[in-house]
Amino acid sequence: MRRLLCSAVLLWAAAAPVLAQQRLLPLAPQRLLPLAPQRLLPLAPQRLLPLADVRSGITFSGRDVQALQADAPANPAQLWLAQGRTLWTTRAGAAQRSCSDCHGDIAQMKGVAVNFPKLHAGTGRLFNLEDQVRHCSSERQQAAAPAFESDELLALTALLTQASQGLPLPPVDDPALLPHLRAGAALFEGRQGQLNLACTHCHDRNWGRRFHTDILSQGQANGYPLYRLEWQHLGSLERRLRSCHVGVRAEPPPYGDVTLRQLSLYLKWRGQGLPVEMPAVRK
Amino acid sequence: MALARLLLPERVAAGEVIAVRLLIQHGMETGYRQDIGGRVIPRNVIRLVRCTLAGREVFVCEPSSGIAANPYFEFPVRVLQGGEWLVQWEDDAGVKGEWRQAMTLA
Repeated sequence: MRRLLCSAVLLWAAAAPVLAQQRLLPLAPQRLLPLAPQRLLPLAPQRLLPLADVRSGITFSGRDVQALQADAPANPAQLWLAQGRTLWTTRAGAAQRSCSDCHGDIAQMKGVAVNFPKLHAGTGRLFNLEDQVRHCSSERQQAAAPAFESDELLALTALLTQASQGLPLPPVDDPALLPHLRAGAALFEGRQGQLNLACTHCHDRNWGRRFHTDILSQGQANGYPLYRLEWQHLGSLERRLRSCHVGVRAEPPPYGDVTLRQLSLYLKWRGQGLPVEMPAVRK
Repeated sequence: MALARLLLPERVAAGEVIAVRLLIQHGMETGYRQDIGGRVIPRNVIRLVRCTLAGREVFVCEPSSGIAANPYFEFPVRVLQGGEWLVQWEDDAGVKGEWRQAMTLA
C-alpha cells in the first residue's frame, strides 16, 4: 500500500510539469480568483460593438441627406449657428455679461464640448453641455436659464460643438464616471417599453440591416445637436433619446433626467474615436 | 429670432448670371397637425417672400403649406449692378422678417 502511494506521488511529480505546460493544470491558483482590489473597482462595461466597427450615422443615411449635410453653407442648422454666434457676444442677465466676456472667442472653446457629459465640480451632478450652458446662464449671467430645446440653448450648444468639429470623441477614463457609465450600459442593454426592446437589439446586433425601409444605424451620437428632417428643427441628443423611448413604447424620462445623461455618456464611450460632425443632418 | 441666410458667390461680375441661395428660419406650420390634446395647430406659413437688389425687385414667391420648415430657395439673377440685397417676408400670423446684405461687384 505504501509503495503504491509512493509511486503515485512519483508519477504525479513527473506528470505535473507536463500537464501544467498543456494548461491541464492551473499554473497559479490566484489566477482563478480575481484579486480583491480588482473586485472593489467598478469595471468598464463590455464592448458589444467593437471599436473597429464604429461608424457615424451619416454613413447609414440616404444620398439626399448626405448631400444636405455636405452642403454646409445651405445646411439649415446654419440658422442656429448664426444665432449662436450672436448670442455668444450678447451681454445678458443681471450681471450684464456675455459668454465671450469670460470665455473669449468661440475658437478658444475647441475641445470643450467633447468632454461632456462630465461631473460638475460644484454640484457633483452629471452635466451634459446643455446643463453647463444653463448653469452658466443662471450663475454667471444671473439670467433665466434657457429652457431645454429652446432655440437659444440649441444655438449655443451647436456653436460650442462646432468649435470641436472634427475632433474624435475621447475615451471615458475618469474613474469617477464609471458608475454612470455602467448605469448607461445597463440602460442601453435593458429591455423596456411595450415592445420590450433594448437599444442593443437594433443598434449592436442588427445595425446595417433593414427595418422596413430604414437601414438600422449604430445609434451614434457624434453629430448632436443636429438637424433632423423629421423634426424640421435642430434638436439635442436628449430629445433624440426621448423619442427612442417613445419608439419602443416606453415612458420617456423628463428633460434633465440623469438617466438620459448616463445614456449619453455611454454613447460617447461606445462611439470613441468618431469625429464630431457639425452641422449634421439626419432623416 | 427671425433669421435668414443669403448665400452669394464670392466674386460677382456685372452682367453675370448668379445662383442666389436663400434660407429662412421659420416653422412653416401646415395647419394639418394636431397638438397632444387633439387641437388643430393653426396654419402659420410664410405667405410672401420678396427680394430686391439695389431697389429692383428680382424674386417674389408665395409659399404655401407644402413647403418644409426653414424653407430654402434658389434662383438665378442677372446682376446689373451691386448694392444692397433686401429680403422681406411675412407669415400668416402677420410677423414680418427682413434681411439685408451688401454685395459689391468684382
